[in-house]
Amino acid sequence: MSTTNWNLEPSLESTAVVQLKDQYELFINGQWQAPKAKKYFATINPSDESHLSNIAWATEADVDLAVKAARNAYENVWSKLSGAERGKYLFRIARLMQEKARELAVLETLDGGKPIKESRDIDIPLACNHFFYYAGWADKLQEAFAGQQIESLGVAGQITPWNFPLLMLAWKIAPALACGNTVVLKPAETTSLTALKFAEICQEAGLPAGVVNIITGYGDTGAALVVHPDVNKIAFTGSTAVGKQIQKACIGTDKKLTLELGGKSANIILEDAAVDQAVEGVINAIFYNQGHVCCAGSRLYVQESISAQVIEKLKFRLQSIYVGNPLDKNTDIGAINSKKQLETIEKYISLGREEGAEIYQPACQLPSKGYYCLPTLFTDVAQSARIAQEEIFGPVLAIQTFRTIDEVLQKANNSPYGLAAGVWTDKGARIFGLSSQLRAGVVWANTYNKFDPASPFGGYKESGFGREGGVHGLSAYLKITN
Amino acid sequence: MEILKTYKLYIGGQFTRTESGRSYQIQSASGQAIANACLGSKKDIRNAVQAARKAQASWAAKSAFNRSQIIYRIAEMLETRKGQFIEELVLLGHSNPAAVAEVQSSIDRCIYYAGWADKYQALSSSVNPVSSPHFNFSVPEPMGVIGMVTCQETALIGLISQILPLIVGGNSVVVIANTTKALCAISFAEVLATSDVPGGVVNILTGEVAEMLPTLAGHMDVNALSLAKIEDHLSRNAQEAAVDNLKRCQLYNLDYFDSKNQGLHFITDFQEIKTTWHPIEQIAGGAAGY
Repeated sequence: MSTTNWNLEPSLESTAVVQLKDQYELFINGQWQAPKAKKYFATINPSDESHLSNIAWATEADVDLAVKAARNAYENVWSKLSGAERGKYLFRIARLMQEKARELAVLETLDGGKPIKESRDIDIPLACNHFFYYAGWADKLQEAFAGQQIESLGVAGQITPWNFPLLMLAWKIAPALACGNTVVLKPAETTSLTALKFAEICQEAGLPAGVVNIITGYGDTGAALVVHPDVNKIAFTGSTAVGKQIQKACIGTDKKLTLELGGKSANIILEDAAVDQAVEGVINAIFYNQGHVCCAGSRLYVQESISAQVIEKLKFRLQSIYVGNPLDKNTDIGAINSKKQLETIEKYISLGREEGAEIYQPACQLPSKGYYCLPTLFTDVAQSARIAQEEIFGPVLAIQTFRTIDEVLQKANNSPYGLAAGVWTDKGARIFGLSSQLRAGVVWANTYNKFDPASPFGGYKESGFGREGGVHGLSAYLKITN
Repeated sequence: MEILKTYKLYIGGQFTRTESGRSYQIQSASGQAIANACLGSKKDIRNAVQAARKAQASWAAKSAFNRSQIIYRIAEMLETRKGQFIEELVLLGHSNPAAVAEVQSSIDRCIYYAGWADKYQALSSSVNPVSSPHFNFSVPEPMGVIGMVTCQETALIGLISQILPLIVGGNSVVVIANTTKALCAISFAEVLATSDVPGGVVNILTGEVAEMLPTLAGHMDVNALSLAKIEDHLSRNAQEAAVDNLKRCQLYNLDYFDSKNQGLHFITDFQEIKTTWHPIEQIAGGAAGY
């Protein structure tokens, strides 16, 4: 197959819709408050390393203020509202987010480096829809738990990751508020801007002060929130290592905990699959959002009889992947979120070479500034290889082959993680046979990386516990007794 | 002369002595020796986890209706041995009416959970109306192997109330029984052994919680813990050990005589939710969907 030369005219999304402030404060009790320690940190655009703004770095004293505000709002306002009234606020927030969708999308791409076509068509619409979806649950909670007693929990401390900043905020805040809780949320330090914009939306929606508090900062800010004695619930999305620290920190407290952690999801192509569709699915599974996806299909298992064909098609497809400026509407793979993450990915790429796997990267010019990584395939990967075992969180695919279904099932399940899995086959009975035996919280059959507010998401094993989305996502924010 | 019964461990469907060769005395309320029980060891725990893992998949693969019948069978077997359990409870210091009531409640609880085996799935699953053309559904699946410390205050009702919702849901369990009242636990194992519950689905060990629990809580092939009220430091250490492989921990401190403390969520506490997606072909211009 010949190499195609892709020289697309740049088609840049305008940033005029975004007005950045020079400095962002903490959003506590409905107001912007300077951090007690008067410390700020810079947030940059990973696509060109330019400085975007300075952001308040909350310390323990600020966390305490935010929790107090949330407690006060819970006791005196939010828990006294009917579900129907809570729902109205959420509907209103959803609508305001929809109206500001383009601004949010550009902001997300500027701050996080994800392609504009993804933030515009996936992240932001899904985030809006999540609020719209849970808004409707607020006055129907008892129906979801027939025969059981339900109560709100109180103050929820929530910590979100940098890969889907606003979407993960929506996954956390929408069900928490619908279930009658108030919130203190800490966004990831590299992607705070959409959360701060969301705080403005809360103000604009007239949400009572203290119901949502946004405190920005690094891991120490999150840690202070986790150990705060007046927090009733912790919801965390992030790495398994940090998730374990949080689980440990919550022992001996009454804090309800849900964890959405790492993954090393297996994507399985059987010999009877529609190969072209499967190849497209593999590309989406691993290169979507630069591979910064906890459920990325980062382990590919191809049945031996079709492996040569699949690998050849993947290599060909890689040549037409457009890596570059995330604001360009043509871009498929944008910027890696941070220098630190780029270093991690590069470490794994050299590790893959050292471990003896064969590497393939397309010839492609990367921008001279900013953090970028070529889409990378590794073939001849051993099951024991670290690139097949550990989460890389980047556009790096480890490809292995298999002969029998029993074999691939064993290999796929042989991981401490269990977030997602993919199955590609034309045989319905085989889909159900495999999907019911794969130890993973989400199984995509003949598709991958699909998300919806109505669809519960969450892991088995060391990928975490609890579900976000759908009716099952309500349990995470309620005390349920008989 | 009375024959003192030796109460053995129940591992993988076999009544075995502890590999450690140790035993301890179980005493009646008045301090009289009534039986010898095995003082289970760490190695016994590891053997039990292995047996539980081996049994779990095929137990979960049985039809839900079949699991229901097997659990109903437990109630039948318990009924035929009612006298033995009442006698044991009386020996342990319960009044006769209290013993009768506990055994009757235990039988009732078995029947209650037997009925759930083919029903909790329908109530805790969903078909989700996603916006894209996909068939999307969520179903509960057993967590796998569950480590358990049973209620240390009751001899029978707590044990049954804690074990049944887990096996109803297709899990297998490794149980550390009530240390001082272990009689009923091992007699219950005899009930299980004659109830068509496959060996390894329920494994029951007697001995010191402090000795065995750390191994169970830290075992990397155990998926979750069900802990009744035990000493704070033991519970805390167990939960800390559980973090290594992110075990789900449920702590219970309930009055199991109260029928309020039976219910669907005791089953779903040990279920994972799996969501499956599949595209729907759009045929003849029609918008198909679920």
